[in-house]
Amino acid sequence: MTRDGERNRHAAPTRIWHWINLIAIIVLFMSGLNISNAHPYLYWGEWGFAPEQAWLEVPRFPGWMTIPGFYSLAKARDWHLLMAFPFAFGLLGMWIAMLWNGHFGRDLMTGKREWRWQAIRRDIGQHLRLDFTHSDGKYNFLQKLAYGLVLGVLLPGMVLTGMAISPGMDAAFPWLLDIFGGRQSARSIHFLFAWGLFGFFVIHVALVLLTGPIGHLRSMTLGGDHEPANPPFAKTDTGDAT
Amino acid sequence: MSILMKRRAVLLGSGALMLGACSKIQQSDAGRGLFESVDDWHKGLQRFVRARDALAREYAPEDISPFFRGNGSTDPQNDGYPQHAANGFADWRFTVTGLVERPLSLSLDQIMRLPQRTQITRHDCVEGWSAIGQWTGPQLSTFLDLARVRDSANYIVFRCADDYTQGRYYESIDMIDALHPQTIIAHRLNGEPLPIRNGAPLRARVERQLGYKHAKYLTGVEAVASLDDIGLGKGGYWEDYGGYQWYAGM
Repeated sequence: MTRDGERNRHAAPTRIWHWINLIAIIVLFMSGLNISNAHPYLYWGEWGFAPEQAWLEVPRFPGWMTIPGFYSLAKARDWHLLMAFPFAFGLLGMWIAMLWNGHFGRDLMTGKREWRWQAIRRDIGQHLRLDFTHSDGKYNFLQKLAYGLVLGVLLPGMVLTGMAISPGMDAAFPWLLDIFGGRQSARSIHFLFAWGLFGFFVIHVALVLLTGPIGHLRSMTLGGDHEPANPPFAKTDTGDAT
Repeated sequence: MSILMKRRAVLLGSGALMLGACSKIQQSDAGRGLFESVDDWHKGLQRFVRARDALAREYAPEDISPFFRGNGSTDPQNDGYPQHAANGFADWRFTVTGLVERPLSLSLDQIMRLPQRTQITRHDCVEGWSAIGQWTGPQLSTFLDLARVRDSANYIVFRCADDYTQGRYYESIDMIDALHPQTIIAHRLNGEPLPIRNGAPLRARVERQLGYKHAKYLTGVEAVASLDDIGLGKGGYWEDYGGYQWYAGM
């Protein structure tokens, strides 16, 4: 473990993108819930317009969960369509940076070794005991899996399903409809992935709080490496996991 | 623990601050200007990545939804519309006016004798639902050619017969969408005369945009250079009164 400030735990593109993306995602999520209130039914396939065709009747989201804090499809769309730009282009930029500076290959890509059931089980056991010390590499398997799912599936999935919901984009890229199985399927997946991201957000924030939030925030904002050597809740015993 | 509590308080506090900031931004002139340009950014991006005449997907007959939902005005009661409906729209006129060399006033019979286009397309409402239907009618470009639209025309305004809650419905599109091959003045849905809930006797189809652009109960189109003097100047009923985006491709 290097001393504070000796090197950056998170490269500059990661730090910049992380916070831009946080703001974009919060606004997109909350304005999205307002948009959901306009027609709270989800369908599979290309079409669907009435409750009897819906696979899910979505509950009405109260004002404190939405942007704006009252029902307005027009204003919610203003926010949603504005924040779609930093979200989508930020993600594109982050992927380019991640492949360019080696962050993806070095820290996020899993090796064949890590997919062994025993290794995974040991990792899960450590997580359940709130033991977050991991020897080789910046992230352990579960972290790589979580970040991989978020960066590789959920976030790009939100952009692509969002585009598939747009009639103008469908004319440009008709394959968007094919990969998601229709516009209403894309809309359903958009909704499911949004809640998937919400789930990641909750776990992510909880783990940051459990493992030295001030240090994490300094590393992710100002740079340097303020990862605590011994997280406050980690057990020191890293022996046999059986 | 106290650090955790503080952190939580800061997170909650910043959340509340952001919500406050959102409503402040939305009410400010700069904020409104920003949101109006966002609509332009989406239009610019879509037109950058898309060929000018790229078609919206056309579906097979078996994809047609069993019902085509009507929304907004579904049974106008103003200005003699019910009498026209009772009369089978025999005296209905469709006009082409504004910046044209030869203004037109056409009966439904004359419109049905023009070259027709039939397309099975998906209708996407701004609220989120979709329906698929087969539409038949002449391309808008056919009317504009017949009337010899002038080069100074930048927009086509759809004039409608229905009074909605705050005034007469209208919509507008620019010449790129007006001349698009799938932009038609439809008089048939699924092979039958257009039902009243879907805009009888004539409605616009603007297939690369959301449903509120597809004006119903058409009495005519008007070619104009600017939208400033039409309605409240935003280019459509929902744009004027509801704050919706003029460009509705997303």
